[in-house]
Parts: sequence; structure tokens; C-alpha cells
Amino acid sequence: MNAFFAIITRDIKLALRNGGSTITLLAFFLTIGVIMPIAIGPNKQLLAELAPAIIWVAALLSSLLGLDRLFISDHEDGTLLGLQHAQISLTAITFAKLIAHWLITALPLILATPVLAVMLFMDMPTFLATILALLLGTPALVTLGALGASVAVTLKRGGIIAPILIMPLTMPVLIFGISTTNSLAGPDASNSALLFLSAFSLLSVAFIPFAIALALRTAEE
Amino acid sequence: MSVQAKTPNWFSKLAHPGVFLSWSQHWIMPLAVLTLITFVIGLYYAFFNSPADYQMGETVRIMYIHVPNAWLSQMVYGLMAVSAIGSLVWRHPLADVAMKAAAPLGAAFTALALFTGSLWGRPTWGTFWEWDGRMTSTLVLFLMYIGLVALWQTFNDQSRGARIIAIFTLVGAINIPIIKFSVEWWNTLHQPSIIKADGLSMPPSIATPLVIMMLAFTLLFFTLHMIAMRSEIQRRRANNLERQHINQTMGISQ
Amino acid sequence: MIDLGPHAVYIVSAYAGVAIVTFGLIAWVLLNSKKQQSRLADLDARGVKRRSQG
Repeated sequence: MNAFFAIITRDIKLALRNGGSTITLLAFFLTIGVIMPIAIGPNKQLLAELAPAIIWVAALLSSLLGLDRLFISDHEDGTLLGLQHAQISLTAITFAKLIAHWLITALPLILATPVLAVMLFMDMPTFLATILALLLGTPALVTLGALGASVAVTLKRGGIIAPILIMPLTMPVLIFGISTTNSLAGPDASNSALLFLSAFSLLSVAFIPFAIALALRTAEE
Repeated sequence: MSVQAKTPNWFSKLAHPGVFLSWSQHWIMPLAVLTLITFVIGLYYAFFNSPADYQMGETVRIMYIHVPNAWLSQMVYGLMAVSAIGSLVWRHPLADVAMKAAAPLGAAFTALALFTGSLWGRPTWGTFWEWDGRMTSTLVLFLMYIGLVALWQTFNDQSRGARIIAIFTLVGAINIPIIKFSVEWWNTLHQPSIIKADGLSMPPSIATPLVIMMLAFTLLFFTLHMIAMRSEIQRRRANNLERQHINQTMGISQ
Repeated sequence: MIDLGPHAVYIVSAYAGVAIVTFGLIAWVLLNSKKQQSRLADLDARGVKRRSQG
């Protein structure tokens, strides 16, 4: 278990040391939130209506942006090769790295959401529902993104192919995520979207790390 | 080409790339002829020997090319998923080849399913595109095919690439029903469902050309797939020989 | 030719599109097959043999 937490703290420390990437990610996320109103026009009602969709698209694109640095540096300096002989399995290591990656990339985005909520004229219930949906949906986004990163880890031009591969798979997250926000904050509240989103997230987080570990092991052979 | 320690069973004998090359060459011509005959019969039925539908009118004839392509779009992915298991579990080179050869063919058939669906939709629904559950999930499937074709292009090491692509193909195969479900759920949320082609209550006069056309397109796929697999094996062999030749001439012996 | 009714243009273009793509696919597969065979024949002519063939 110690090794598990050691990997999480290691990845977070590494990310904090060159903290530029988290800031870039935040800037990207907020930029999308800024260009959308400019593109749509300052129509208060329209923006409020589109706000959950804008935030989800911004979150999806930002999480795809941060993908390439997930495994590449560990692959290039040989860390991944070394980790295969660690006491804990590669799947557990993958899981630890996913937690770290979520803390580094997804959590700052969720914390920055209030800024976008203000700019997009979100009301309180919609905002709270969006935060809840993001908390439930981002683990699936991070896991799927990591799958793309692990598939592309040996590729020189892997940065652009991983998002293309992953985008179709993230469709359920997007659909159930936005529906969660709309249904929880809407007039006829129903929680089926919330349940589907949680189920999808749970299944992704439970099973995809095995696929990621297998892809990483193959890549290191 | 090392001699295997234990005697291989009939399947691995047939599936050895070299053996595959020699037996498959006798299959291509008969398959191609059979495909052609089936197409001729199918097209004859589709245009001259089937009535216009009482609801859809003459546009029902688009169905005879739309449904076969839609069926192939899913069957080809299924074939890739089965090959992916073969590639991961037995590390069989022929499974890699089958997976790689199927991807561009599947992409083309999926594109045709979308194209004919959109041309069918214009007279029936009034628009070329409708964000209906079936069309949207076919579009998502098309994007996945494109991703897989692009992925094959980027890997230099084909046998390692094959296993990584197999992993992704399988995750995709598990995800396709979920995506389909989510898209259909999303669709019912936003609009009441529109026309659903009823497969069960189809009169035999329409079912006959449909079944023959489905058979024809399926045969076409298997013919093309077999040729493409042979080309891929030959491509790898030629690549190996070229590399070996260069190494020899430069004095690098292996 | 039979009368395809008011939507003939959609039916004809659907069949034409499928025909174009299908023939394109067949041509692509066959050309690729020819290309690989000629590469192998070329290597064979230059005397590059597989190791197993000694």
C-alpha cells in the first residue's frame, strides 16, 4: 500500500515542480469559457441555457489536452520499465497514476468552474448540479484519456492521435454528464442520468486500468 | 519460420501465414464469382422484382443497400474484436493481419451506411441528417474506425502495434453497446422517436431482395478481406526481405 | 427502366454513391495486392530469398 501512495505523491510532486502544465490547462479551460460567449453573443438567457454544455465541452477538451504527458516521460526515462518489477502490480501502479492525474488535472478544473459559472450566468442549482456531475464524470474522462495515452505511448506523433481515439468513447460521459446537470436542476428532477453517469464512471475506473496496464506492458516489451 | 515443438492442430496449420497464402489463393476467384452472381440476383430483385412499399414508396429500394452496409459496419467490428482476442491471447500473426485488413474496409462500409441513410432520410424524414439514435451511433462507430485506421498507420513496429491496437479494439467493442444505449437514451430525451424501420413486419417481397443484398455485400467483404489479408502478409514479407537485404549488403549479419 | 417515382434522384444517387465507393474499394484492394506482389517478384528477381529458403 505504501508503494501505491508513494507513486501518487511522486506524480503530484513532479507535476508541482514544473507547475506550468497545470496552469496551462487551467488557462485553456478558462479560454474556452471566454471564447464561447464571444462566439455566441452576450445573450444572458441563451448563455445560461448553454452553460452546462459549454463547461462540459471545455472540461472534455482540457482533459484531452493534458493526456500526452501522462505516460510519455515515464516511458522515455525508463521509469515504466522499472515499475514493472515493483512489488505491486502494474494495474495498481496505473490506478495510482490515474488518481494522481485526476488530482493534478481534473480537480483544478472543477475548482475553476465557479469562474465560468459566473461568466455564463449560471444559477445556483445548475452550478451545484454541474459540480456534482463533473465530480462523478471526470474519473471516467481521466481513465479513458489514460487509455488513449497508453495506446499512444510509443508513438512519436502520439499527441494528436490519442484524443481522436478517445473522443468517441467519451460520448456517454458527455451525454450523461450534461443530462445530470439538466435533470437535477430542471423542473422535473429525475436522477436516472446521475445513476447512469455514476455507473459508467465506476465501470470505467474498475476495468479500464487493466487494459491500460496491458497496453503499457506491451509497449515496454 | 522455426519448427514448432508440438504438432499444431488443423486450425493453426491453416492459419499459419505462409499456409494461408497458399490455400487462400484458390478461394479468391470462386468467392469473387459468387459475389458477382449474388449481386446480379440481388439487384434484379431490388429493381425489377419487388414492389414499392405502401408507406415508403419507391425509396424502399435505398434500404436494399443501406441495411447491408449498416450490417457490415457492425459485423466488421465484431470480426476485428474476435481477431483482437486471437491477437492478444495466442499472439497469432494472422489475427493481426485480419484485424488490420478489416479496418479500412469497415470504415468504407460504415461511411456508405451513413451516406445511404442520409439519402434515405431526405425523402422519408425531410432532412439529410437527423440526430436519431441509430445514425448517431453509426457516426460514432465511423469515428472509431477512422481512429483505428490512423493508429495502424502510425505504428512502425507492426506486431507490437497489433497487440496495443487489439486492446483498444476490445475496449471499443465493449463500449459500443454503451455508446449506443447512451445515444438512444439522449435521443428520446430530446425528441420523440421518429420513424423506426420495422424489421419484423416486413413482407416477403421486400425481405427477399434485402436478404440477397445482405448476402452479396457480406460476400464482397469476405472477398476483399481475403485479398487485403494476402497483400498485408506479402507487404510484411517484402519489408522483411528488403531490410534483410540491406543488412546483408551493408555487412551487418544477424 | 422502371419508374422510381418522385424521389428517383435520391435512389439513383444512393446507388451511384455506393457503386463508386465499392468500385473504388475494390480497385484500391486490387492495386495494393498487385503492388505487394510486384515488390516480392522484384526482390525475387534480384535474388533476395527468405532465410528459410536458404
